[in-house]
Amino acid sequence: MHNPDIPIHGTVYGVLLNSQAEWHSAEHAMHDAPYKAPPAAPVLYIKTANTWSAHAASIAIPAPAAEVEIGATLGAVMGAPNASGAPHVRGFVLLNDVSLPHSVAQQGFYRPPVKYKNCDGFLGIGAHLVAASDVPHPQALHIEVRINGELRQTVALADMRRQLPQLLADVGEFMTLQAGDVLMLGLDVCADTAQRPRVKAGDVVDIHVPELPALGTLRNSFTQEAV
Amino acid sequence: MKHARVVLNGQTVDAIEQDGQLQLTDGRRVGFDEVQWLPPLQPVTRPRTVLALGLNYADHAKELAFKEPPKEPLAFVKGEAGLIGHQQHTLRPNGVSFMHYECELAVVIGRTARRVRKDDALDFVGSYSIANDYAIRDYLENWYRPNLRVKNRDTCTPLGPWRVDAADLHALYGDRLELALTTNVNGQLTQSGNTRDMIFDVPTLIEYFSSFMTLNPGDLILTGTPDGVVDCQPGDVIVTAIEGIGELTNTISHA
Repeated sequence: MHNPDIPIHGTVYGVLLNSQAEWHSAEHAMHDAPYKAPPAAPVLYIKTANTWSAHAASIAIPAPAAEVEIGATLGAVMGAPNASGAPHVRGFVLLNDVSLPHSVAQQGFYRPPVKYKNCDGFLGIGAHLVAASDVPHPQALHIEVRINGELRQTVALADMRRQLPQLLADVGEFMTLQAGDVLMLGLDVCADTAQRPRVKAGDVVDIHVPELPALGTLRNSFTQEAV
Repeated sequence: MKHARVVLNGQTVDAIEQDGQLQLTDGRRVGFDEVQWLPPLQPVTRPRTVLALGLNYADHAKELAFKEPPKEPLAFVKGEAGLIGHQQHTLRPNGVSFMHYECELAVVIGRTARRVRKDDALDFVGSYSIANDYAIRDYLENWYRPNLRVKNRDTCTPLGPWRVDAADLHALYGDRLELALTTNVNGQLTQSGNTRDMIFDVPTLIEYFSSFMTLNPGDLILTGTPDGVVDCQPGDVIVTAIEGIGELTNTISHA
């Protein structure tokens, strides 16, 4: 079932708490149970293939949830590791890492987020892979999130705690990213709510990087799951 | 039938077990020691979903000091790249104090499963295998625990040697699959349990996962391990075995 509209084919990894604002929003709980200490290694998760939604596809919000969180980010698409095993980024793609709401305060970051993040359709994937050679400074990019046409969030990749080279190094310490695998650069929260943007059925989300129009716009509409 | 996937003279070939030998799809017969074993899985077009369970045996949950068994499955996801075959080597990182095996019944999904009811769930199982889902406990952190640094390391998930057709196993052992499960370290029995003691059994797990995520053919569910996990050192030979499926051998090496 190869979908020509989806320019990735490997395992997609995400990282929690990588933006400064998301880290600060969780910091107050980091020393309390059940967490007991701030995370030392990158806090990773996997978006399984059942989550993949092409650009322009609609994404179903599973009952009984009324809202989902939008996670706009860039995915680094890996090429084959070089001879010494060092990771090599082939290109970048827009991603919308959708989640059912879960928070540090409700102990939602304690156990792996399978039931929050691996629902069918929960990863919007941009149609265009842009070669890494055309993106010399990914940390200089901004990702704009529009909901029903209105600018709701601007994610500055400069605000990530681990920038891509550091993230690749810290992940590579324990696992080798394969050619085709995708590593998300991190999600952010909105400055006003300290949460990720939320949408409900009927909303349309557009994700776009003004400095890099070749990525295109990733658009996904949201529907309520038919029960 | 017991299926394998092996490398012989640089070529990847599928095989079945026949009279204590490997019968290759091209008709050749070879001995078990003449090949390099891969995970016994057919290739899939999209990344394989590998789900795994923590604390799915009451005794293991107790061993790890949890006061009561979990109310819903403690599930996590692994990447396929950490899988290796029978008779391969798993790396123990330098400077760690506790790395242990976990002998687990592995379920291979046979057909697309979405919102499957428990009573129908076994119709969606294609085959069974044995997984050894190593953990390095030194790296546990309480964020999305068990975190990937503990559970998603290169070489740390041996799978095999066989993929046994579900129909064959159920014909022999019934729907409940009360299978003895053991681990031997250097010939000494260290883990002994039975798949009947799962807190969430295979049909329950398929109902649970398929209630929110579609399981596709070739996807895996590693169903958790009973008590009896011990530290493994470089040079140790670990044999994880499940009745009716086989014995999966793995050797620990220095990183």
